[in-house]
Amino acid sequence: MLNALKQLCLLNGVSGDEDEVRRYLIGRAEPHASRLSTDALGNLIVLKKGRRSAGNRVMLCAHMDEVGVIVTRITEEGFLKFDFVGGVDRRVAVGKPVVIGPNRVPGVIGLKAVHLTGREERKKAPKTDSLYLDIGAKDKKSAEERVALGDYGAFVCEPEEFGEGLFKARAIDDRVGCAVMLKLLEEELPLDVTFAFTAQEEVGTRGAFGAAFSVTPEIALVLETTTAADLPGVESHRRVCAPGRGPVISYMDGASIYDRELFETLCRLSEKNGIPWQTKEYIAGGNDARTIQRTKAGVRVAALSAAVRYLHAPAGVGSTADFENMLKLTRLFLAEIAERSE
Amino acid sequence: MDLLEVLKTLCAAHGPSGDEGEVRERIAELARPLADEVETDTLGNLIVHKRGSGPRVMFTAHMDSIGLIVTHIEQEGFLRVGKLGGVAPKEAAYAPVRFKNGVRGVLVPEEKADFGKLKLDECFVDIGAKDREQARKLVRVGDTAVYCAPAQTLLDRVNAPYLDDRIACAVLLCALERVKAPACDLYMAFTVQEEVGLRGAKTAAWGIEPDVGIAVDVTGVDDTPGSEKSGTARLGGGAGVKVMDSSVICHPQVVARLEALAEERNIPVQRDILRSGGTDAGPIHTTRLGVRTGGISIPCRYLHTPAETADLGDAQACIRLAEALIQG
Repeated sequence: MLNALKQLCLLNGVSGDEDEVRRYLIGRAEPHASRLSTDALGNLIVLKKGRRSAGNRVMLCAHMDEVGVIVTRITEEGFLKFDFVGGVDRRVAVGKPVVIGPNRVPGVIGLKAVHLTGREERKKAPKTDSLYLDIGAKDKKSAEERVALGDYGAFVCEPEEFGEGLFKARAIDDRVGCAVMLKLLEEELPLDVTFAFTAQEEVGTRGAFGAAFSVTPEIALVLETTTAADLPGVESHRRVCAPGRGPVISYMDGASIYDRELFETLCRLSEKNGIPWQTKEYIAGGNDARTIQRTKAGVRVAALSAAVRYLHAPAGVGSTADFENMLKLTRLFLAEIAERSE
Repeated sequence: MDLLEVLKTLCAAHGPSGDEGEVRERIAELARPLADEVETDTLGNLIVHKRGSGPRVMFTAHMDSIGLIVTHIEQEGFLRVGKLGGVAPKEAAYAPVRFKNGVRGVLVPEEKADFGKLKLDECFVDIGAKDREQARKLVRVGDTAVYCAPAQTLLDRVNAPYLDDRIACAVLLCALERVKAPACDLYMAFTVQEEVGLRGAKTAAWGIEPDVGIAVDVTGVDDTPGSEKSGTARLGGGAGVKVMDSSVICHPQVVARLEALAEERNIPVQRDILRSGGTDAGPIHTTRLGVRTGGISIPCRYLHTPAETADLGDAQACIRLAEALIQG
């Protein structure tokens, strides 16, 4: 699974431009799929039949897209003005390398030189319109030959394992969910499962709307990442969760109150099988569950997340053991649901 | 069925957003003898159905209240909490709270916090535990708490932490009892998770697929000293006929129908325009192909504080107005 994750974290898929990720997933999923389709919003929906017939009852969901930038203007001097796509932490964007457009034109996010800034200015995160992308073009014409308005830019970071069982990469959010789902697609499943790889989560859980509407599951498990703040100087009640302490099972976040029975089922399965788990000790964030839950007459939702530091920054840090445990726990969850339908 | 008695029963039940089980049980017990079907849907909405011929009319009153949810237990035994719905930390500070299992506590701001800009993560709940180990035996992360104060009457008025929206639940139950033969196919949805974003009503409305929707909820008033004039209703002015709020512009036919019924039956009413805050009418009117939707409002002072206050005469007028719409 870690290999698939590394490959997924090398692909670019800023919200609305998930094609590269989707093509990779299709290639890997197709041999194992009973049915596979891409819908109008770009969601990839894969049905895999299992030992027990369950139709559309159970859906797993992970989003393909990641945060990034989009080119909005090219200046006379050949610099690119841009907007962020999704919630990028502006404090860390400056000086970061990005690749822009289908040709992966290299660029760097720039800001005016520090000796030209005032004391007050340096205290605040830079405003988006004070930033620009430097692609090394000498003027507007030269820039226009390489990039176009509307081109997406993705962060650059070589995925690698480091330190004590940790893993750093861009777009761990939510390629780790995609990797868990790919792994399960390759296995024999205890019941029919629909795998929804969604688009545009980072700009407001938009893709999930179409996916949940067309699938209409009874139960959905969202495989995600969530912000860890286990950092020096953060008080214990604001740390949320920490990499290495097991998958995060959520009872609530900023966008959903999860199905209590499914939450407790996941906790119980972890305990029973000796899988470490944690919950989110702060109410913040949200994911595709919010849209899925309120589709049609309602869907029971649960979420399992990897705790990831620096979530919406160019490099995130998670624990490989947590990723493996997410996979194990998802497997146990599917087995439990299959058993119930006996 | 006595309005005040029902209200007291419902206010004593535990039911913050996402944890409405106790309120649902109490309402189901009261509704069952009066209805043809009583069911709970996927998200936990209680759907009460009384058959009749005519258009399908869906009333809602939300079961959930605002509240607190435990997010973290400190070494010293104090609890950190997150908010369920619009809890203003300043208004909640120093309030006694109770958990579903009966554990009591009090919400306290940190010494160093700036009270003027108080945030909930600068507060904690003291349940009297001497350390984390003892606290963990009583409360788990994810457990919910509500204000702990009984309903009391102030002359013809009632004061309780959760009139929003238990008084509307009581209004609907009283109206249901009065209805013998509805002139419509009547659904009453007692909804979940209204306070966290009108979530339950969205799925309830999809499931019921009504022709007409009526959200029964409390509304803000601007009849107190120094009020901001954010609403149009006043306490004691009768049932509110909703014209709009942040989530809905009511269908003019529904507004006109409610006003005509009020005039015909001599029910005191007032128009209600709530400028900040939404109701279940929002998600109902945009369900499927759209639903003709309006609202009946119970004017209420000090919303989302432990001191919510409403007029029992207004609530009685709401019962009569709901009954009139159902009987046709």
